[in-house]
Amino acid sequence: MKITVNGNGLEVQEEVKHVKGLIDFLGLEDKPLIIEHNQQILQKEEHEKAVLENGDKVEIVHFVGGG
Amino acid sequence: METNRYHRQILFAPIGESGQEKLSQSHVLIIGAGALGSSSAEALTRAGVGHITLIDRDYVEESNLQRQQLFSEKDMEQKMPKAIAARQRLSEVNSHVKIDAIVGDAEVDILRKIVPEADLIIDATDNFETRLLLNDMAQKYQKPWIYGAIVASYGVTFTVVPKKTPCLQCLQEYIPVNGATCDSVGVIQPVVQKVVSQQITEALKLLTGNEAALSGKIISFDLWNNEHVEIEVASLRKADCPSCSEKRSYPNLAYDSHLKTAVLCGRNTVQLRPQRKQTDLNEVAKELQKNNQIKLFQNPYLLSFEVDSFRIVLFQDGRALVHGTMDQMEAKNIYHRYLG
Ligand SMILES: [Zn+2]
Repeated sequence: MKITVNGNGLEVQEEVKHVKGLIDFLGLEDKPLIIEHNQQILQKEEHEKAVLENGDKVEIVHFVGGG
Repeated sequence: METNRYHRQILFAPIGESGQEKLSQSHVLIIGAGALGSSSAEALTRAGVGHITLIDRDYVEESNLQRQQLFSEKDMEQKMPKAIAARQRLSEVNSHVKIDAIVGDAEVDILRKIVPEADLIIDATDNFETRLLLNDMAQKYQKPWIYGAIVASYGVTFTVVPKKTPCLQCLQEYIPVNGATCDSVGVIQPVVQKVVSQQITEALKLLTGNEAALSGKIISFDLWNNEHVEIEVASLRKADCPSCSEKRSYPNLAYDSHLKTAVLCGRNTVQLRPQRKQTDLNEVAKELQKNNQIKLFQNPYLLSFEVDSFRIVLFQDGRALVHGTMDQMEAKNIYHRYLG
């Protein structure tokens, strides 16, 4: 399945089924993230319900502290 | 006023003569005079903002020079306070701008005097405690402020407009607790300029009466990984936010919520007790280990590390002891630099 993450194409394996799976796949599970799935902001509890399909767009932002 | 100085900026139609006049009447508070603060201050000074106030608690060190554009080797050799060195350089760049420099913490008592007079606040701090405080202060006096932050090749920015956008407190669940900071994973200079480009463009819009052009989005990018993301976050505004809703109480303005410090008598040590309690020492150790200049020691109860001439001991309950100094401001700087 091919999806777009932060503007770049990403080929993911079949076991990545939903947004939570994608976060784990990307190794971001420890970070508080603001996630938009097909232009819809997800609450944390929705990550597991947000099923990924070919062509989906996911945008991920996290806050950092440095200045 | 000189006729040619702002010619190119006045030619830019959304600003024009009237926008330039508004800029010259504006007062901008910049909190932090490190990488982001240096760059923002220079941009606003060149643009002809009438009055700039800079607050910073640090002094210039060698490792600043790679990205903090206002400072020279001489500033470093003289350990000049950043706010003072910045004011010196800025007044050479544009002698018509009034520059106030404050060497110290952005504390409630100081902000209470400046924020009501300012038109806009630029966030150039390196920690979320100060940002949450500044957020409450901005809400209290209904002033816009512009979040900006950097680490490695990543930057993120967001313009907080009272009554229009979510505030930082609305987004509190997204604030990292033990976030990576510039000193443990590094930072490259172009990401400074990229964040400041966003911040200052938003600032120019606000100051010249072009609010309609504001982005309304959280914008982030990773320059090294060629990523650019914009997320519309209006929906994250909280109806019961303690900082910006009808029920607001400004939790971060309470004295108790600040980083408390105490000098431990006769021990050349300062104790810091941050607002956020319970520290995952393994997490902290993991972050610190990315910097191979840090000598780490850990047991089940504390984490100790040496850096420069200091030794910092972090306990599970969040307390930290900074050995090698009795200067509270210096100890706070070290704490935020390595522990976020
Ligand atoms: Zn809020």
